[in-house]
Amino acid sequence: MGGLLHTVLVDPFVQMWTLPDFFVQVLWEGLVSGILYALIALGFVLIFKASAVFNFAQGIMVVFAALSLVGLHRLGVPAFVALGLCVLIMLALAVAVERLVLRPLVNQPDIILFMATIGLTYFLIGLGELVFGGEPKVMITSELLLPTGSYVWETLGGRVILQQIDIAAAVIAAAMVAVLAVVFQRTKIGRALRAVADDHQAALSVGIALETIWVVVWFAAGVVALATGIMWGARSDVSFALQIVALKALPVLVLGGLTSVPGAIMGGLIIGIGEKLGEIYWGGLLGGGIESWLAYLIALAFLLVRPQGLFGERIIERV
Amino acid sequence: MLYRETGQFKTSYAADQAVFPIRQDRIGLALILLVAFLLVPVFGSSFFLNTMMIPFLVFSLATIGLNLLLGYAGQLSLGTGAFMGVGAYACYKLATIFPDINILVHTLLSGLFAAGIGVLFGLPSLRIKGFYLAVATLAAQFFLDWCFNRLPWLYNYNPSGAIEVPTRMLFGVALTGPNATPVTRYLVLLTLVVVMTWIASNLVRGWIGRSWMMIRDMDIAAELIGVRPLPTKLLAFAVSSYYCGVAGALMVFFWLGAAEPPSFSINTSFQVLFMVIIGGLGSLAGSFMGAAFIWILPVLLRALPEMLGVTIAAATVEHVSLIVIGALIIVVLIVEPHGCARLWQTAKQKLRTWPFPY
Amino acid sequence: MRLHRLLAGGTVALALALAAPTGPALAEDTLYVPLLTYRTGPFAGSGIPIADGMRDYLVMLNERDGGIGGVKLVIEECETGYDAQKGVECYESTKGKGALIYNPYSTAITLQLIPKAPVDKIPILSMAYGLSATAVGEVFPWAFNPPLTYWDGASAVLAYIAEQEGGLDQLSGKKIGFIYLDAGYGREPIPLLEQMAERYGFQLLKYPVPGDQMQNQSSQWLNVRRDNPAYMVMWGWGAMNPTAVKEAAKIRFPMERFIGVWWSGGEDDARPAGADAVGYKTMNINAVGQDYPVIQDILTHVVDKGLSKVSDRSRVGENLYNRGVMNSVLIAEAIATAQRATGKKLVTAEDVRLGLETMSFTEERMAELGVTGFFQPFQVSCKNHAPGNRVYIQQWDGKTWQPASDWFESDREVVWPLLEKAAADYVAQNPDWPKRAEPCA
Repeated sequence: MGGLLHTVLVDPFVQMWTLPDFFVQVLWEGLVSGILYALIALGFVLIFKASAVFNFAQGIMVVFAALSLVGLHRLGVPAFVALGLCVLIMLALAVAVERLVLRPLVNQPDIILFMATIGLTYFLIGLGELVFGGEPKVMITSELLLPTGSYVWETLGGRVILQQIDIAAAVIAAAMVAVLAVVFQRTKIGRALRAVADDHQAALSVGIALETIWVVVWFAAGVVALATGIMWGARSDVSFALQIVALKALPVLVLGGLTSVPGAIMGGLIIGIGEKLGEIYWGGLLGGGIESWLAYLIALAFLLVRPQGLFGERIIERV
Repeated sequence: MLYRETGQFKTSYAADQAVFPIRQDRIGLALILLVAFLLVPVFGSSFFLNTMMIPFLVFSLATIGLNLLLGYAGQLSLGTGAFMGVGAYACYKLATIFPDINILVHTLLSGLFAAGIGVLFGLPSLRIKGFYLAVATLAAQFFLDWCFNRLPWLYNYNPSGAIEVPTRMLFGVALTGPNATPVTRYLVLLTLVVVMTWIASNLVRGWIGRSWMMIRDMDIAAELIGVRPLPTKLLAFAVSSYYCGVAGALMVFFWLGAAEPPSFSINTSFQVLFMVIIGGLGSLAGSFMGAAFIWILPVLLRALPEMLGVTIAAATVEHVSLIVIGALIIVVLIVEPHGCARLWQTAKQKLRTWPFPY
Repeated sequence: MRLHRLLAGGTVALALALAAPTGPALAEDTLYVPLLTYRTGPFAGSGIPIADGMRDYLVMLNERDGGIGGVKLVIEECETGYDAQKGVECYESTKGKGALIYNPYSTAITLQLIPKAPVDKIPILSMAYGLSATAVGEVFPWAFNPPLTYWDGASAVLAYIAEQEGGLDQLSGKKIGFIYLDAGYGREPIPLLEQMAERYGFQLLKYPVPGDQMQNQSSQWLNVRRDNPAYMVMWGWGAMNPTAVKEAAKIRFPMERFIGVWWSGGEDDARPAGADAVGYKTMNINAVGQDYPVIQDILTHVVDKGLSKVSDRSRVGENLYNRGVMNSVLIAEAIATAQRATGKKLVTAEDVRLGLETMSFTEERMAELGVTGFFQPFQVSCKNHAPGNRVYIQQWDGKTWQPASDWFESDREVVWPLLEKAAADYVAQNPDWPKRAEPCA
C-alpha cells in the first residue's frame, strides 16, 4: 500500500524535479494543445452566448475551413487569395446556416437545435470529402508565410524544443482574442451582441435584428475556426479525424462555463496542461492512453463541485 | 372510413386501459408481426436479413433503451455506445466463463452489468442536467472505450483485441457463431425485441413510467407530489442501460459475430441518438421508425446507384450518403421536430376523417 | 401536402428496400473480384494508393489480355473506411454475387472474416497482413497471408537492428521502443516481440496510439523522449504514419534508428515532414518505381487511356501503389493457377482457394508476368501459406525511397514454431473449428 501511494503521490513529482527540462517541455506541449482546445471552445461560446445554440459542428467547421483552404490551394489558387476565399466561404456558411437551419427552428427546444448542428456536422463532413477528397492533406504552412522551424532552448541542464509554429499559434490566438474583446466592448455590433446575449426579447424590442446578429456570430465563429484549422493543420495533417479531438472542447466549456470567453481560454489551458501532465506522469501507471478520457473526468469532478464552471453565469437550475 | 373507432365501446376498465384500445391497431400490429415472423424469414434473402433486418432490430432495441432515458425521463446521454459495449463484453465474458449455460440467459444477464455501470455514471444526474449531463456521459463513453482497449482480461487476452463469438446451440440449432443461419439469428432477435418492447410499453404506462415523465416535465413539481428524484432517475438510467446492454450483446452475438472497441464508439452513441430524435422522443413505435430511417436509408443510398445502373465510385457514394443524411436530419427536425412518431399520429388523425375531412 | 409527400417517399423507400437484395444479375461469363478498399477517412492516405494499384492491375489485364484466360474480370470496390463493421457489411453484400476471393486490407476485417471463410467457402488473401497464424495452412485452409507474416516482420526488424549493433547478443540491455496503432493490426506482432525481448534480453517499450488519436501523438513521443530508446519500431497505418514521422523529428529522434513496417513506408508518410524525414527507414517487400514491365503495361493500357483513378501519372510506381499491384498479381495468379489446375475457364471460389494454395512464383513465371525483381520468388504450399519471409530495408532520401539493404530473411527457426503454437491456440479457443477437408500431403 505504501509503495502504491509512493508511486502515485511522490514518484511523479520526483520525476518532475529530476528532469526539469523535460517537465518544461511537457508543460509547453500541454499549453499548445490547450490553446487549440481553447480556440475551439471560443467558437462554441460565441455562438452559445448569442443564440443559445450548442453548436456541435464547431469542430467540423475547423476541419472544413482548413480543408477548403488546402483544397483551393491545390486547385491552383494562390495561398492568400485562398485564405480570403475561405473567409468568404465561412461567411456563406454562416448565412446559409442562419437561413436554412436556425430561422426555421427558432423557438424549438435546445435539444432539437443541438441535433440540427449534429446534422450539420454530417453534412459538412460529406460535403468537404466530396469536394476536396477524403485523404488527409498537408497544411500549406510555408505558403502562408508561417514559420516551420524550431528553437532549441538550452536550459535547466537540458533542452526544451519549441516549434516556431506553436509560438505563432499562441501569438495569433492571443491577437484574435484581443480583437474579439475590442469588437465586443467597443463597437456597435459588439454592444448589440452583448445585448442579445443578455436578453433576446429585450434586444428585439430595442430594434436589434436577431438574424443579423446570428449571421455575425456564426461568421465570427467561422473565422475563429479557420484560424484554428490552420494552426492545427500545421501541427498534424488536415483530415476529419480531428473531429474526435474537437470533442475535447466540451469539457473545456464545462470547466470554463458555457458563456464566458475568458473561461473558454482558461478552461482550454487547464485541460490541455492537465491532461498532458496526467498522461506523462501518471498515465503509465494505468497502461497509458488516459488522455482520451482524463479531460472529461476532470470536467465531471468539477461539475459536482462548481456546476457553473470557473467564469460561467449560474444558469443551471438546482435539481 | 378504414380507421375509425366509432362503435367500439369499452365495457370494462381493462378494455379501456389496453395498450391498443382500437381494433384496427390490433389488426395492424398482428399483420406487422405476421410479416415479421413469417414473410420476412421465408422471402428475405440473406443479404436483406444480415444488412438490414438484423441491425435494424438491434438498433431498435438500443433506441428504445435511450428513448426510455431521454424521451421518458428527460436525461440526455451520449454514452449509449459504451453501455452497449458493456453489455457486449459482459456477455462475451459470461459465455466464455460459463460455456454450458444457454447463450440467451447470458444475453439477458449481461444487461444487468450495463445497468450497474449506467447507474454509476447516472449519479451526476442528481446535480446536473442538460448539456452538462451530456458531458458527464461523454466521460463514461471515453472511459469505457479506453477500458475495452486496455483491459485485456475483457477480451480474454486475445492478441487481436477483438471479441469473437463462439458457436452456441439451442435444441441442436446453432444460434450464434459463423454456422448460425441469418434466419435463425433473425428470429431469435425478433422474439427478444418483441418481448422487451412489450415489457417497455407496460413499464412506461405504469407508475414507473409516469414518475419518469413527471421528473422530465418538471422535476420540482414531481418532487413536491412525492416522486423521489434520486431513485427515479437512477432507475431510468438502470433500465435504459439494461436495454442498451442487451442490444450491445445482441449486436455482437447475433449480428457482427466479432467486435472491436470501435463498434461501441461515440459514433454509435450519436447514431442511436439520431434514431431517438428522428423517431420521436417518448415514443416506442417511433424508436422503430427512427432505427429504420437512420439504418436502412444509408444502405439504400449505397445500393441506389447500382439499381439505377449508374456506376459511382464507392467513396463518392459514402460522401453523398453523409450529405443526404445530414440534410435529412435537419429537414426532419424542421418539418416535424417531434419525429416520425408524430407524423404517424397526424397520419392516423387524417385517416380517421378520410375521405371526408371536416 | 408535406405529409403525403413524406408518406409517398416512405413507400418508395420500402419498395426499394424489398427490391434491393436482387440487384442486377452479373453477366454469366465473368470472374467477379470484389475489392474492399478505403478512399475516404483517416486511413485514406494509405488506402488510396493501394486501391489504385490493385484496381489498375486488374483493369490492365482486362484491357491487355481480355481478362484472365480470356474471361473478363468484373471488379467492384466496396468502401470500408478501415472499419470492421463496414467491412463485414461489404463482405455480406458482395459474397452473394459470386465473389472469388476477398482482400480485406485491414487486419480487423480479416480477423472477422476468418471464421466466415470456411462456412461460405470463399478464400481470404491477406497479403503480408492479417493474423500471423494463418500461415499454418493445415489449420487455416481458407486464409492466406503470403509472402510473409507480421511475426516475420518483427523478427526481421530485430535481425536488422542486431546487424547494425553487431550481433544479436548486442541487443541485451538495450531499449527498443514499439509504437503501434492500437488495433488488431498494431497489436499483432507484440507476442513475438515480447518473446524475443525475453530471449535476447532487450527491454521492449510499448507506445500504443489509439485509432481516434492518430493525429495527436505528442504524449507518446514525449514518453519516447524521456525513455530514450536506442531504436524505434513502428507499426502504423493511415494518418498515424506522417504524424509519427513529424513527431519523431520534433523530439530530434535519430531518423536512421526509426524503422517502420512495410505498411509505414508510403511516400506520403515521409514527405509531409520535409527535410526532417530524411533517413527514416522502413521494411519493404516490393520494389519501388516504374521500371518494371508490369508497371509500364499499366501506364500504357490503363493510365494513358484515362481508365485509372490515380490523381497524377507520377504516383504510379510509388511504394504503396506497387504494393497494390503486387496484391493483384497474387489474385490474378491464384485465379490463373486455378484455371490451369481445373481446366475450367470459369473457376469457383473453391477452385481459387486451390489456386492460392498451389501458386508458385518462380523466376520464369515472374518473367512471364513482367514482375522480375518486383518482389522475391516464393511458392505457397498446403502447409505454408506465408513462404516468402524476405524483406529489405528502404530509406527516405527526402524525395524517394532508396534501398538501404539487401534482401534478408526473418528467423523462421524461431518464428515458425510460434506460429504453429498460435494456430493451435486458436483452435483451442474455438472448439468447433472446422478441420481441413483433405489433410496436407
